[in-house]
Amino acid sequence: MIYDSAKRKHPAIEELITLYRYRDLIYQLVRRDIVARYKRSVLGVAWTMLNPLGTMIIMVVVFSQVFAMTENYAAYVLTGIIVWTMFSQSTSIAMDSMVRGSHLFQQIYLPRTSFVLSTVLAGMVNFVLSLVPMALVLAVTRVPLSPAALLLPVFMIFLFAFSMGVALLLSTLAVFFPDVADLYPVVLMAWMYLSPIIMPLEFYRQILNGLLLYINPFYYVLNLFRILIFDGFIPHWRTWGATALVSFGVLFIGWIVFCKKADTFAYHV
Amino acid sequence: MFKTSHNQPDPDIAICLENVSIRYRLPSETIKTFKEYMIRLAQGRISHKAFWALKNIDLEVRQAEIFGILGRNGAGKSTLLKVISKVLIPIEGRVWIKGYISPLLQLGAGFHAELTGLENIYLNATLLGHSRMEIDERMDDIISFAEIGDFIEAPIRTYSSGMQARLGFSIATAWQPDILILDEVLSVGDVAFQEKCFERMEKFRDSGATVLMVSHGIDQVRELCQRALWLDQGEIQLMGTANDVCDAYQQAMSVH
Repeated sequence: MIYDSAKRKHPAIEELITLYRYRDLIYQLVRRDIVARYKRSVLGVAWTMLNPLGTMIIMVVVFSQVFAMTENYAAYVLTGIIVWTMFSQSTSIAMDSMVRGSHLFQQIYLPRTSFVLSTVLAGMVNFVLSLVPMALVLAVTRVPLSPAALLLPVFMIFLFAFSMGVALLLSTLAVFFPDVADLYPVVLMAWMYLSPIIMPLEFYRQILNGLLLYINPFYYVLNLFRILIFDGFIPHWRTWGATALVSFGVLFIGWIVFCKKADTFAYHV
Repeated sequence: MFKTSHNQPDPDIAICLENVSIRYRLPSETIKTFKEYMIRLAQGRISHKAFWALKNIDLEVRQAEIFGILGRNGAGKSTLLKVISKVLIPIEGRVWIKGYISPLLQLGAGFHAELTGLENIYLNATLLGHSRMEIDERMDDIISFAEIGDFIEAPIRTYSSGMQARLGFSIATAWQPDILILDEVLSVGDVAFQEKCFERMEKFRDSGATVLMVSHGIDQVRELCQRALWLDQGEIQLMGTANDVCDAYQQAMSVH
């Protein structure tokens, strides 16, 4: 095993290679995130399922009169909430883990993306768990699942790529500017209301001819999920293409920026 | 002064540094917020002072050599160790290392309080770069060396600080390193356990590991090391036989 700082590959490629070598670490980190979160709670994993359900009930109680025109409002809100929860939680926790884990990066060599990757993967596990209460609500509110729902695994690849990309960009910023951690919740709040999660899609379509939707990268991800689960048809190839382009585009940019800056992380904090 | 050759060092070399410099950028005024940074960037008012933690370090350590590093606090010793263990990647110069280096990790850093001892062994050892298979091979050895017995199934938060340190040490030293870094960490646990730690270190040394010894204790370096290096303000003051370097360092220190 020889380490030669003069003969290194492109940082983005080297990161992929070392990440593969450290794959057992990624497994351990994901396991830690999930196990530790529930170890001291009575209901344990059930909380992942109860949380979005609770939010949905509140939203339905508060808004169902306001948005009476929307059919199946409960199912509409819930599908929005679980995708948003996965995205917003995994990106903010990933940023946190990068800042809190910085003392480890200053002491030993680790693949720099390992904390971000493991957090987003843990978020995906929680997302899968939250599909269980969603299926229940869909059954209760008589929204039938169509065969299009079988394409969910493909959607999950896009959801992962998009969240990972944003998490990488955010973590890079947070290493250099710690106050990004305080700023992000506010940004998330605005982003949530700019996305069709609680308010009906029609409302956003009327603003500037829907421009607000098309410039929102999260909309492409959410839209695909709603089509597969809520509307229940197989999307046009253009919809697939747009979602793929946006999510992998964000991942690609995030990966390059993060890896390019990663060498200097140990100099900061 | 600048070597451009990127050839392989001699086969018996374990550590080779060529003209390595590490520079930290200290903002002349600390800018803590993103907003402030953007405002200053727009105004063109961002300036940095350079702080050279290491300057033009050339160093070759042969395999199985015991090498001492002397210097006051802040002389650059830890920075040098970080460069050698791949934590800091130099922007100038070249670092060439052959073999597995013992970790610099603070004992028990990375432990999670809610996980059991066993779960933490997997977590901590994978942090150090070991695979699951390698860990399974050493598991019995790690547990017995740490002397924690039945507590291995209990969460780490129930451990005493001594037990945590022993487990950390046991994991960190479970694998024979090619390059062993001794950084004054050997004050773990009670006297009996310290004895065991020393024994393990001596075993590593005797089986041919290269040893880097960082110490404030001049006598220790004089006694154990063949060669030594004296760092001051990031620069090599003197490098040579351990005796010569220790003499010069001792003299300089007594003048102050």
